[in-house]
Amino acid sequence: MITAAEQEREHYLNESYGIKSWLLTKDHKRIALLYLATVTLFFFIGGAFATMIRIELLTPQGGLVSSETYNKLFTMHGITMIFFFLIPSIPATLGNFFLPMMIGARDLAFPRVNLLSWYLLVIGGLFALFAMLAGGVDTGWTFYTPYSTTYSNTWVIATAIGIFIAGFSSILTGLNFIVTVHRMRAPGMTWFRLPLFVWSNYATALIQVLGTPVLAVTIVLVFCERFFHIGIFDPALGGDPVLFQHLFWFYSHPAVYIMVLPAMGVISELVSVFSRKTVFGYKFVAFSSMAIAVLGFLVWGHHLFVSTQSVYAGLVFSFLSYFVAIPSAIKVFNWTATLYKGSISYATPMLYTFGFIGLFTIGGLTGLFVASLGIDVHVTDTYFVIAHFHYIMVGGTIMAYLGGLHYWWPKMTGRMYPELWARLSALVIFLGFNLTFFPQFILGYLGMPRRYHTYSSEFQVLHVLSTAGASVLAVGYLMPMIYFIWSLRYGKLAPANPWGASGLEWKTPSPPPLHNFDETPIVTQEAYDYRGVIGEEVEVG
Amino acid sequence: MASDSAAETLALREQFDTEAQQKDASTLGMWIFLITEVMFFGGLFLAYTVYRRWYPAEFAIASSSLNAVIGAANTVILLCSSFTMVMAVRAAQLGKRDALIWFLILTLILGAAFLGVKAYEWNEKFQEHHVPGPTFHLENAVRQGPAQIYFSLYFAMTGLHALHMVVGVCLLTFLIIEARRNRFSAAYMTPVDIIGLYWHFVDIIWIFLFPLLYLIDRHLGK
Amino acid sequence: MGRLSFVPEQASTFAPGVDHLLYFLLAVSVFFTVLIFGAIFYFAVRFRRRSERELPHPPHSGLTLEILWTVIPFGLTMVMFTWGAKIFFSESRPPDDAMQIYVVGKQWMWKLEHMEGKREINELHIPVGRPVKLTMTSEDVIHSFFVPAFRTKEDVVPGKYSVTWFQPTKTGKYHLFCAEYCGTNHSRMIGWVYVMEAADYANWLRGGQSGGSLAESGAKLFQDLACSNCHHSDNSGRCPSLVGVFGSTVKLSGGGMVTADEGYLRESILQPNAKIVAGYQPVMPTFQGLVTEEGVLQLVEYIKSLGTKPAAPASGGPR
Repeated sequence: MITAAEQEREHYLNESYGIKSWLLTKDHKRIALLYLATVTLFFFIGGAFATMIRIELLTPQGGLVSSETYNKLFTMHGITMIFFFLIPSIPATLGNFFLPMMIGARDLAFPRVNLLSWYLLVIGGLFALFAMLAGGVDTGWTFYTPYSTTYSNTWVIATAIGIFIAGFSSILTGLNFIVTVHRMRAPGMTWFRLPLFVWSNYATALIQVLGTPVLAVTIVLVFCERFFHIGIFDPALGGDPVLFQHLFWFYSHPAVYIMVLPAMGVISELVSVFSRKTVFGYKFVAFSSMAIAVLGFLVWGHHLFVSTQSVYAGLVFSFLSYFVAIPSAIKVFNWTATLYKGSISYATPMLYTFGFIGLFTIGGLTGLFVASLGIDVHVTDTYFVIAHFHYIMVGGTIMAYLGGLHYWWPKMTGRMYPELWARLSALVIFLGFNLTFFPQFILGYLGMPRRYHTYSSEFQVLHVLSTAGASVLAVGYLMPMIYFIWSLRYGKLAPANPWGASGLEWKTPSPPPLHNFDETPIVTQEAYDYRGVIGEEVEVG
Repeated sequence: MASDSAAETLALREQFDTEAQQKDASTLGMWIFLITEVMFFGGLFLAYTVYRRWYPAEFAIASSSLNAVIGAANTVILLCSSFTMVMAVRAAQLGKRDALIWFLILTLILGAAFLGVKAYEWNEKFQEHHVPGPTFHLENAVRQGPAQIYFSLYFAMTGLHALHMVVGVCLLTFLIIEARRNRFSAAYMTPVDIIGLYWHFVDIIWIFLFPLLYLIDRHLGK
Repeated sequence: MGRLSFVPEQASTFAPGVDHLLYFLLAVSVFFTVLIFGAIFYFAVRFRRRSERELPHPPHSGLTLEILWTVIPFGLTMVMFTWGAKIFFSESRPPDDAMQIYVVGKQWMWKLEHMEGKREINELHIPVGRPVKLTMTSEDVIHSFFVPAFRTKEDVVPGKYSVTWFQPTKTGKYHLFCAEYCGTNHSRMIGWVYVMEAADYANWLRGGQSGGSLAESGAKLFQDLACSNCHHSDNSGRCPSLVGVFGSTVKLSGGGMVTADEGYLRESILQPNAKIVAGYQPVMPTFQGLVTEEGVLQLVEYIKSLGTKPAAPASGGPR
């Protein structure tokens, strides 16, 4: 019940108005919303490219766009989605908003650095957008040399600058989170009382801080080679194009863990709240996050199995790649075990959780295929790999992101979203996703290479299925866009704790006040303790 | 009661509970930033390692074309600047405003001197046609390609380092201005502290660059 | 093509092994997928929330379970690793008696050369039942030589040679795809591998123009580029004799040793001062820009043909 007095209450959204109060804000909650708007915009831009790709692939010879254009489409789809949507998405929106609240802090350690991070993402994005509008870039998001340094005649440098700047956005967010978690925890909030969402974002921050600078210097070298025609990667001058691949993947493999670890953190929260039980094996899940961050730095060579890397290096990287799979498996088992004898709700965030666990399992299992040298020689650079990483990034990360958005929407906005429409879109997304990407596993093993504008006609049926799925998926993504915006005006007013969740963020009103807590909380309970949250207890039958 | 912005001070911003917490956080933040800088330079050191192993002869010849005496002098200048920086930090800790300002100015002068010498060296390279590009030629090197790779790395690494020095000089300027405005005291000198850390880091990078770039096989004589 | 299939034709000795590994991985994956989906479904229904006031109190950790679901997956992954590594290892060791084919990739076509001199563009004719070794390089950007029916793939990189090999087991026509994005017409850099019965292959080889074997073309280039001015077969020139050099161990000035393989020969032609033979001066000029990658391959084949006999252009060359 929301009283009239409550509706007049001052909170972070109405304590000041006007564009300056947003563009010059230091409030982590407002910065999170700035990020939300920005990454959503980039998501739809990346999605537009994907739509064009899938339409073009309906027929074997294409026909709607030229090969040059097609090559730009898949390049820009990858760049937009990876650097301007997936990497910032969960940490910079949900992490920014809730990490300080979860640990009982008033803000992050460095609020102005936080705002600077957002500006850097926007500026980097503007460079990339400029490159796209001025004619596009066609190197593939992996911009292998010497194609990207010597042969491509597209806007490589502008795009590279955009990614470079966005990289610093990522580094600064990571730095901010690490210092915040180390130094700003409320009294009594020990490491092992932290919500697992915090552990995940902390592990992610470590990767951001250690890996992204290597991408940055690689981009500098590509820039120098392209602009000054120096010969670091140029074989004619004695340079080595494969050195680029090592430098690139040293960041870009850990980058995929930047994209999935925060999603796993969201799932830990959701599976607990909507089973009303603490996460099974809390410490194992926490340490698994750290293990993934560390091991993730040791496997980059599995992208170079057929690149003329030595056989022995291949053996080592394949071996280590199996190691990094294990902590993810541990998490999946622990989440599933959390459901056992729980009190399971089917609210939308939980539907996304089910979807995530299932699809991440499939995506992760197919990772075992590509980690195996014998199989990877056949499937690398085919649609099998595309299907593998989309199962994790889209079936995994995006579903977790949507689940988290739905879960925390009442807290962020003070409004409930319409539950029926939300459940329906979750179902549409799940079905559309599988129809889009499952056929691609088959396409890949049959031999269909990736980044192909035209293809041999026997692959058409599978492509048509995939495009059909993509149209369903597109509808599924548009639905939340519409009803979330609708809810801002017409949604039911949200109470402080609509889900019966534990966690410090739920002890504040919805939306929270500017400084989150009137007084710094003193923490005495373990994480995910639901006693006292839901009133009089009834034992589960 | 939540602290309102009127009560916020430089030493205790509103997100922190105590001044010690703020100082701790700032220091940790700078250390993490320096670790990212290690990774950033690390990529270049990796490329250097790979190519030096492949082309030892060209690297040695190219390295010997640099003036080791000037390079050593620059190293001494930077080491002295780190010393004056330490003295500045010490002065700040003791609340000695004038000493702080003088030492900061000295550090800045030494840093600028380093940059001046570097500019002179680069100009020399330009005159000698050792800049990678169509007019590149290194005498005595049988293969010009790997020699160019050496100089590409030379300019990339010393250039990146010089860029960090320029940033450092700007930061020192900022500190001098703030110190003259009496912003620092024994109780609050965190910016001096952490910029000092940054300055030492840039110095340490040079300590690695100098032998790797200037002193390859010098001990073997000509 | 009638039946629906999820794997390409098996046309090489590697293919069945790779597919068996695939089936193993599929079986493990299906098992765990069904397990997890099933558990989620079952728990979600069996333990669905019946009252808003429910508060479960079951155990929330179990060391035995954690160990079990760590060790069992780890064991399975080690099997996957070992099995895949075995296949990979054999894929990286071409047999000594493999038939040699040279491949040059360039935007956007494949140029293939048989030892006997026959050249093909975007097509490769080979006999069934014999191992074939491809030595490959690129003239421009990185490409990748991919034959799904053989389950083999290897990148083709400018500035170095890369090797792949296979032994076809079935006659027929199989897709050849470029599998590393290389620019505008990447998806059109495709072709066919024709595996033929031995007799048909022999006929095919004989037909068409004969331009001489690769070694013969190499001998001609050797004269045209004036290599023979310095590289006398009796070691009387300013440069070492090349008779018998291929496969031998060469002593370098500066003390090192190197095996004279194809890559060493290529480097010696394009970057002669990379390695100087002990006792000689670095006087050889570079031929970078004066000879194409195909020319280099021909010269390499010619030098290989020199063997231990006095240098005379030998057709086919001793193997």
